[in-house]
Amino acid sequence: MEIGLMHYLTVAAILFTLGVFGIFINRKNVIVILMAVELMLLAVNINLVAFSTYLNDMVGQVFAMLVLTVAAAEAAIGLAILVIYFRNRGTIAVEDINVMKG
Amino acid sequence: MTEYDSPNYLIALPEIFLAGTSLILLMVGVFIGNRSTTILTWATSAIMMVALIMVLVGDESRSVTFGGLFISDIFSTYMKSLVLIGSTITLLIGISYVKREGMNRFEFPILILFATTGMLLMISANDLIALYVGLEMQSLALYIIAAFKRESIRSTESGLKYFVLGALSSGLFLYGASLVYGFSGGTGFTEIGFAVSNISDQGNLSLGLLIGLVFLAAAIAFKVSAVPFHMWTPDVYEGAPTPVTAFFAAAPKIAAMALLIRLFIGPFLDAFDQWQQIIVFISIASMGLGAFAAILQSNIKRLLAYSSIGHVGYALVGLAAGTEEGIKGVLIYLAIYMTMTIGAFACVLAMKRKGQMVETIDDLSGLSRTNPSMAFVFSIFMFSMAGIPPLAGFFGKFYVFMAAIKADLIGLAIIGVLASVVGAFYYIRIVKVMYFDKPKEAFDRPIGNELTFVLAVTGIITGLFFAYPDPVLDGAAIAARSLFY
Repeated sequence: MEIGLMHYLTVAAILFTLGVFGIFINRKNVIVILMAVELMLLAVNINLVAFSTYLNDMVGQVFAMLVLTVAAAEAAIGLAILVIYFRNRGTIAVEDINVMKG
Repeated sequence: MTEYDSPNYLIALPEIFLAGTSLILLMVGVFIGNRSTTILTWATSAIMMVALIMVLVGDESRSVTFGGLFISDIFSTYMKSLVLIGSTITLLIGISYVKREGMNRFEFPILILFATTGMLLMISANDLIALYVGLEMQSLALYIIAAFKRESIRSTESGLKYFVLGALSSGLFLYGASLVYGFSGGTGFTEIGFAVSNISDQGNLSLGLLIGLVFLAAAIAFKVSAVPFHMWTPDVYEGAPTPVTAFFAAAPKIAAMALLIRLFIGPFLDAFDQWQQIIVFISIASMGLGAFAAILQSNIKRLLAYSSIGHVGYALVGLAAGTEEGIKGVLIYLAIYMTMTIGAFACVLAMKRKGQMVETIDDLSGLSRTNPSMAFVFSIFMFSMAGIPPLAGFFGKFYVFMAAIKADLIGLAIIGVLASVVGAFYYIRIVKVMYFDKPKEAFDRPIGNELTFVLAVTGIITGLFFAYPDPVLDGAAIAARSLFY
């Protein structure tokens, strides 16, 4: 069986959905949320690279590189915020993040 | 080997200037340390004012540079001026708060400068990649300043919430961008525009482009905090330090609205029928939630958060019309909204009793007797937000609703008017609390020169807008025209 564009898009869509659900359903730990965010961005990268090959166009790969870079910066900032939050509360369980009701 | 032309840097001069000077300020901060915060704050404001002058005197004709990544036209001039003014003023009204509340670290003004640079890039983006980089440059700086009061549980919690939901919205944006890239064959707005108009000539938009469009709309709705993607707003506005909240309510919201307009009136204009439904829906939902949810709030920052959700709904009414007049209405609305919001937050910043910040509505009781001038200015903002003529807020609503009626969106305009009647209830309740309730202990005086000055200026603009509205009206008119070339 030839693996075509559709297969890549399906895998990316599944990963992306897993990432979104990882953010919303997860009740345990904020680190898992960071991992879910990462999963979403990687799904996007699969999409971009697949399209780039399919369209024979380099722009998609350039975009994927930029996404990787920004994702690294984002993870760094997320962890930094998590560390100062842990210093204040002593917990990073998702259900404890409720000082303000929202 | 293809010949390489150097891009025209002059068009992007304000952004290049901001980026360069922010790095210099960072160095200054690193070498001098936290003593330099006040100097850096003033330097940052001066730099943003210089950038404002560069934006205003720059070439006004529509020009594109960096291989089509960057666009400059009158629309971007208008939006960038608003963002720069908003950032500068919110930075200045925060000076004494930052000093007092243990946020006296030199990174604060620099992060605001980084965020502002990102916003300017977003407004001028003409390509999904440039757009993404600008958006992230803004968001990453905003996550940090939301959590800037490191030892406060509420501030760090709001930073964490903002980060998680912001990262989710970036993910949605990217997924949408990847689909749009794949199904239109390019990331540039011109290429996407061609693809969209070719496909919509043959009938409907292809499914891939449509899904991409919906994802992009959802992600930007997050950034402007429109319902159903508003859930972070009340918590973040309540928890973040007040000057940061003022900044959030003023500058990034305007930049994100600019993004929405640029994207929908630009490349996706030919898919108007498809996105109009989305915009009408989020507009109605935002106006409704803004009007009803704010009634129950007791914290003034939370109330202003819901009020800003409502205001975004009203501004989107103009975008839903999709006409030049509608965009003009949105632009006027944003300018007025920014003035009122900054004024209202300046009042909140002045709510300090025995050196402690207080932020419930009850604390305002009897303000008319303990500090009549502040009560008067605050009620001007509240009446204006409620949309009572002849204050500025009325004109903002008037232009968007008129545009909606002319575009045959009469139902939307009626819902908007009804929502603003409901909304008037909670704005006027604040006025009632200030004027008719039993006075509490007076707030600390003096409130500080910057605050007095900003309150006076925003109060005068809001109150006397009807006397000389021409600069905003004309600016918005030509800015809107520049989008429909």
